[in-house]
Formats: sequence, structure tokens, C-alpha cells
Amino acid sequence: MTAATPVKTQYEAIIGLETHCQLSTETKIFSTSSTLFGSDPNTNIDPVCMGLPGTLPVLNQKVLEYAVKAGLALNCQIAPYSKFDRKQYFYPDLPKNYQISQFDLPIAEHGWLEIEILDKEGNPSRKKIGVTRLHMEEDAGKLVHGGSDRLSGSTYSLVDYNRAGVPLVEIVSEPDIRSGVEAAEYAQELRRIVRYLGVSDGNMQEGSLRCDVNISVRPVGTEKFGTKVEIKNMNSFSAIQKAIDHEIERQIAAIEAGEKIVQETRLWEEGAQRTISMRVKEGSSDYRYFPEPDLCAIEVAPAQLEEWRSQLPELPAQKRHRYESDLGLSPYDARIITDDRAIAEYFEATIAAGATPKLAANWIMSDISAYLNKEGLSITQLPLKPDSLAEMIKLIEANTISNKIGKDILPELLKQGGSAKALIEKKGLVQVSDPKVIEAAIDQVIASFPSELEKYRGGKKSLLGFFVGQVMKATGGKADPKLTNQLLQAKLEG
Amino acid sequence: MASIRELHQQLTTKERSAVEIAQAALDRIQLLEPKIRSFLHITADRALAQAQQVDAQIAAGQEISLLAGIPIGVKDNMCTKGIPTTCGSRILQNFVPPYESTVTEKLAATGAVMVGKTNLDEFAMGSSTENSAYQVTANPWDLERVPGGSSGGSAAAVAAAECTVALGSDTGGSIRQPAALCGVVGMKPTYGLVSRYGLVAYASSLDQIGPFGRSVEDAAILLEAIAGYDPKDSTSLKVDIPNYASLLKPDLKKSQGKFRVGVIKETFGEGLDGVVADAVLKAVEQFKALGAEVQEISCPQFRYGLPTYYIIAPSEASANLARYDGVKFGYRSESPDNLMTMYTQTRAQGFGAEVKRRIMIGTYTLSAGYYDAYYLKAQKVRTLIKQDFEQAFAQVDVLVCPTSPTTAFKAGEKTDDPLSMYLSDLMTIPVNLAGLPGLSLPCGFDAQGLPIGLQIIGNVLREDLVLQAAYAYEQATDWHKQAPKL
Repeated sequence: MTAATPVKTQYEAIIGLETHCQLSTETKIFSTSSTLFGSDPNTNIDPVCMGLPGTLPVLNQKVLEYAVKAGLALNCQIAPYSKFDRKQYFYPDLPKNYQISQFDLPIAEHGWLEIEILDKEGNPSRKKIGVTRLHMEEDAGKLVHGGSDRLSGSTYSLVDYNRAGVPLVEIVSEPDIRSGVEAAEYAQELRRIVRYLGVSDGNMQEGSLRCDVNISVRPVGTEKFGTKVEIKNMNSFSAIQKAIDHEIERQIAAIEAGEKIVQETRLWEEGAQRTISMRVKEGSSDYRYFPEPDLCAIEVAPAQLEEWRSQLPELPAQKRHRYESDLGLSPYDARIITDDRAIAEYFEATIAAGATPKLAANWIMSDISAYLNKEGLSITQLPLKPDSLAEMIKLIEANTISNKIGKDILPELLKQGGSAKALIEKKGLVQVSDPKVIEAAIDQVIASFPSELEKYRGGKKSLLGFFVGQVMKATGGKADPKLTNQLLQAKLEG
Repeated sequence: MASIRELHQQLTTKERSAVEIAQAALDRIQLLEPKIRSFLHITADRALAQAQQVDAQIAAGQEISLLAGIPIGVKDNMCTKGIPTTCGSRILQNFVPPYESTVTEKLAATGAVMVGKTNLDEFAMGSSTENSAYQVTANPWDLERVPGGSSGGSAAAVAAAECTVALGSDTGGSIRQPAALCGVVGMKPTYGLVSRYGLVAYASSLDQIGPFGRSVEDAAILLEAIAGYDPKDSTSLKVDIPNYASLLKPDLKKSQGKFRVGVIKETFGEGLDGVVADAVLKAVEQFKALGAEVQEISCPQFRYGLPTYYIIAPSEASANLARYDGVKFGYRSESPDNLMTMYTQTRAQGFGAEVKRRIMIGTYTLSAGYYDAYYLKAQKVRTLIKQDFEQAFAQVDVLVCPTSPTTAFKAGEKTDDPLSMYLSDLMTIPVNLAGLPGLSLPCGFDAQGLPIGLQIIGNVLREDLVLQAAYAYEQATDWHKQAPKL
């Protein structure tokens, strides 16, 4: 007979994300007003997006193109026949009191995206997250409450319709996500993809990318899902991760305490780092969807579809794989370099100009990134062009200059651009690799520091660095460091 | 009672100026409005300014279009920039659109002179114009009777010669039925032929703007001016518009074979007045006399049009009319306590009974659990009705039937019985469901001297054949030459 040890129940979280992503078209989805963010209230409006009587929507063809490209990038099937529907509910920020959206025939379905998570050692684990559907819809306006900073206590409300009619795609994931870190990575990968495509700026602060999370927990091994809770109001990837981890703990604690999980919408409070209940769902809302009679069905011609497909760039996951397998970058480096398409393209142009990938990646990830951050520049604005960076890297590899010289001249190159070689020549910084010249300098240094030489020879080998420094000083930093080391050691040993 | 061509000639020969013609129309409106009440707004200033422009063009020796200087009425559900557009509803009492509908913009470009906005059933929902929140329009042939609806103001104004032609909108018969009851020509074109941009939506998949005239030719001229693709309306058709008026011939000759007329068997049943049936059958004889080959055609699904319509139209209306909430424009309840009461009071006070009835029906038919049984099923029946017509048009060039089962009824006679009112549109509704062109023209009078309408229906985009049949019939008869005594 063995003593029964109480086994602690293991739980798993079932998580799905609904992401609203604003498409970066110049004009609205069904009318001609600008989509510019941050304009004065009600200045980017027109009779159509205001839903004035008698006005009719006309689909912005760019919206369809962007949605299809996003669908293709998410490995979705593009519907040969799709349509818009009216989703009906009353709210003052919704001009027509119905939203033109897509219900049963979305433009894209049955896709997936791959997320990659690195452990502490930088080893990647990869997972496919299913994409249930992607559909197009119009955004609503924004309420501004007066007399109070929030709805409760306000004495009146004003409506800003600038955002009404801004094009969105809603992307719904399968409930394949199991943790906060997976969810955050999914959202980041989604943002990378839409940015690579150029269909959205993915800016979370401006609300261009908004994620709602559906989350439930269940004991591992059970099939039945737990009660689902929705979390809103996370405006960063780390907030998504923290909100989910917090909510998983909250739900497990509640279940362990014998409480029932309530189907509700909770808000993430960034300040308090917790979720709070916003509203309890009473059954499902009846939006009385029906096909939008003012718009024709959407039929993407096969030739059009192929044209759009051919315009897709290499996507971040493909680039990561290629950088690792073909270019020998570490998963960590590949991830950093591919995070931004412009940086990846800069990197590729640099290696195309002859630089070794690893060295190019190092320069871009360290000194160049630091400079861009400091100056608030994007890499496309950088005066230092990939050719010149490659030139500098090649000069280092050919021992024409030392790595240190490279670092020394970089600030000037970053600021002014131009040829690295020309700059080095102008400054007379070409590395001295002639052993005779270096030996002469060594002899001079040794002669100048007899007591240090004695100590070295007496066993204080750490003085090597001192001598190297003196040789460098004597050669104006131009002596080949490796060669200097070798020759110096030989001479010091006598 | 001059026609467009007669007025055009008066203008080009400088017999009368456009200002004189406009002023004469405005004077007649002034004289008759106390009796007829066709107009909700009379736009005298705009009319005279437009007329002056036409006169200036004539004086400068420029060529003017057929419609230049022609007085025209516009149903008050078409947006006119800077001019109230009420839809006959209290909820849009003070609504002044900041934009122009495509049809009125096109008309203004031709030099047509808009004399006013005409009365209608609230949001075009009704068959007698009694659902207007503002006034009841009288039938010029008998002032105690209704002009039909919902475009009753336009039909009565044309019948009373307050204007030469007018625009109406037709969702289930709202041009053709009042045309029949007022003894004028009214036409609903193929769905998509005329842009709906600026037409305040009732049921988007059925609504279509069309012309009223005292003759087939006048209606054809107006149709040609408003038809055509509009990039602002995604449902408008990219087709070339024929010169309809030039196609009109006083006979029914075709390049090949005989002109084939089908008589819809199912329309001659219960509920049809004998006098209407007689007049329509006489008209059929007239087609034979004109050389047409006439046959009876069965459209078995025809009778399902009415119930199908009363699911689809209210469903769409319930969404289209959701925007009237007091938030951005139109009427807002005086003293709401909160957002919810602002919505409910605004809509309770702003909408009339028929509009509320249809919003409720539509909200119900689209609700979860009922959608499949009502809306989806209605769409399937709609397809069957279309197929009936497709089969019919494989055999004939046009179909004929009564426009309305009765002649004009008395005001107040049906207002308490919505179902009997709905039956007024029994013959016209299937045409909207199938998206086909349909025209009503006078084909007789009953014992009280009330006009009877003959409906001619064509296949998709065969306005030419409908107009040819109508014109040939009109030229062989003199019903259209009679005018109400006012």
C-alpha cells in the first residue's frame, strides 16, 4: 500500500484573439474623406460616412486589395464570392446605427500564421496559430464625454466622426493560443506581417491595431471548454501578455476556490496591472445581420488574385528561416533584423554589396540601431547607405582597418554618408600591417618603458595590454591589433 | 396642357420665355394648391433663377436641351442641396441636405426648372399619400379621393398640370399605382438604370426613381435625362442609354416577326374590379388591332409577390431608418432623460404609424431565430418570381396587366385597414422584386370618371419595348387627351 499524495490539478488556458487592424488607405472604406489621424474633430467627414439620408457606400478598391493581400499573407483561402452585411445596433458613434461588415461570407478564411518563441538560451520553438477568418468593415466614430473624464458622471457627450468609415480588417484566430507570451507573439507577428505588406502601420497607441482576447481555462486532459471571458483595453504587446497571465491566474484561483467563472467582458487596467469587470454578457447580442443591399457582391477575378499574390513581399517568417538556414544568423539575430522590413532590406542590400552576413547584422543591430533610436530616424532616412556599410565591413575583414577604426569613423559616416574608403584615406586611417613598421614601433615602446618590461619578464603578464596600448598610441591606432599582439609577445618574451 | 416638345418649340421660336413658362406653372400651383396639395415646398426662387439661365442661353443663341425650361416636380424623398427634403416625415422636418441627388443634379444640368418638392407617404411607405405627416393630397379627378401613393404628390401635380413632368420613386408600385389613379403615365425603370444616390432609402434593393408625364413621350424624354451609370451608386448599371424618345413609333412593327404581348393570367382574379378588368381586356384587343400577337401567360408565383415584399421591404427599411435617432440631424425629442429615451422618444414622436409598423415587421423578420423562416425564405421566393418572368419573356416582348385592382378610393377609406391598402400594390410589386421595367398609362375610365391604368412590363433593360408598346397604344387611343376638370 502506497500513501496517496494529493496531485495538484494542472490547468491549461484556451486563448483566441480578435484583432482589428486599420488599413492605411488615404481615404475611407466607402467614401472620399481622409483617414488622417489626429485631425480636429469632425473635419474628416462627408455625407456618406455620416450616413446622411440618401447617401450610398462605394467600396474603396484599395481596401479590397489590402484585405486580400493580408489574407494571402496569413495563408488564407480568398473567397471567390464574398459580400458585405449590415450589423445592426444603436450607438451614437455609429452614424447609420448599423455597421457595414462581413458576416457569413468573409473575404478570407482558413489561414494560419507561425509564431516563434525563443527560450532563455535563444533556442526557437515554433507553432502555427490558426486564422479562422479575416473580414473587412468600417470603423465607428469616437465619443468624448463632457463634465467628467469618463462616461459615468458625464453630463453630456460629443461625437467625433473622423474615424467613422475608416477601413478595418478584423482577424479572428483559432483558440490555439495557450499563454500570454504566445498571444503577444501572435499579435507582434500579425503586426510585422501587415507592416511588411504596407497595408497598415499597426500602431497600437493610435488604435491602428487593437486586440481583444477571449480566454478560458480548463483542467489539462478535459475536453470541455471553460467559461470564456473577454479582455479588452490592452494597448501594448506586453500588456497583452500581462493581462492574459493575470487573467489565467485569476480564473484558476477562482475555480480552485469553488467559484464560478462568469461570462463577461473585462478591462485591463495598466496602472493596477489587473483586469476588472466591465459588463456581464446576458445571452448573445442579436445584431440582425442581413446582406448589404447597397453594395454588390465581391468577386475577385483569378487574374486579379494572382497579380496581388505576385506583389507580396517575402514575409518575416520566411526571412527568419532564410537568414538562419542560408545566412547562418542565430535565431535571435534573424528575429531582430527581420522585425522591420526596412531594416531587413537594408541588411540584405549590405550583404548583397559583399558584407559578411553576421558582421552586417552586428553593425546594424548595435551601433546603427542605437544611432537611429537616438536620432529618431528610420533606416531609410539614414545617410549611410548599405554599399558604404558593406565597404567598411569589407575593409575590416581585409585588415585594411581595425574594428576599432570602424567604430571610430562610423559616427561620421552615419551622419554624412559617403564612401567609407574615401573617409579612411582622407583621415589616413588605413591599418598598418607591415611587420617592420610595427616592430619599429614596438622597439621604441619597449625602450621607453624599461621598468614595465622588467616586471613583465618577471611574470606580470597582464602588462601585455599596457604595451599594446602604447604601440597603438605610437601608431595612431592604425597598427593591426592581431599582428601587434603577436609581434609584441615575441619581443617581450625576448 | 403643353407637352415637352410643344414647350421646347415655344422656347426656341421665342414665342414664350422660360421665365414665362415657369411663372405660369407657379401661378397654376398657386391657384390649385389649396385644392390639390401636391407640393410640400414650392421652390419659386430656384425655378425662376433656373428659367433665367435658360433664357440667357437662348438669348446667346446656344442650343438648349429638350428639358431646358420645362417645369418639373420632384418627390420630396430626393435630396436637394439647400432645399428641405422631408420624406413626408416629421423626423426630417428641418432637414436640409448639404448635397444634391444625382437625378436632380442631372436635371439641373439639362436646364429643367424644378418648381417644387412633392408630397408622398412618409418615407414612401403607402399607397394613398395619406401617410404624409404634412398634408393629404387630393386626386385631381375627384378631390375626395386619394391620388394613390406613395408618389401621389408627383402624380397629382402632373395630372393637374401644375408641372409638365415629375420624378417619383417606386419600391412596390409607388410610381405606377398613383399614375394609374391619376390618369397619367408613370414608369419604373429596370433596377439600376437610374442612380439612387440622394434618394432617401426605403428598401434599397427595390427602390428605383422614374418619370411621370402626361404622355409616353414626355415620360421617355425625362427617363433618358435621368438614366445612366453613376459611380456614386454601386448598384447602378454600366449600360449605354438609348435615345428613348427617338425610338417611339405609332405602330408595333419589329425588324423580325410580330410584336408579342403576353397577358398575365393570374392578375385577373379575385379582388380585381370588373370595370378595370374590362378596360384592360379592351386594351389587349387594341394591341391585337395594332398587329400584335397576343397570348395568355401564366406566372404562378405572381401572387406570392405581396407577402414576399412585405418581408423584404420592411427588413431593409428597419435598417435604413435606424439612422433617424436624433443624434446628428432631423428631429430630436425635446427633453430626453438619457440616451435610451432620446432614441425612443425621438422615434416615437418623429415617425408615423405606418413607418413604425414596417420597422417593427422588419426588425422581427431579421431577428435571430426568424431570419431563415422569413427573410431568407422571402429571398428564395423572390428568385422564383424572377424565374417566372424569365420564362415569360422567352415567349413575349412585353407583359400586360392592370396596374391597380381598383380605381382611386376615397380618402380615409383604407387608412384603418393596412392589409386592404397593401392589396393596392398586388399587381406592381412582383415587377420590383424582379427588378424589371414597368409602366402605367391610361386605358379608360370607370363610371365615376376615374382613370384606369394599364401596366406594361418589360424584360431587364427593355425599356425600349415597353415604351414602344405604350406609345403605339397611346397613339391609337385618346384617354391621355382627357384632363381633370379643375
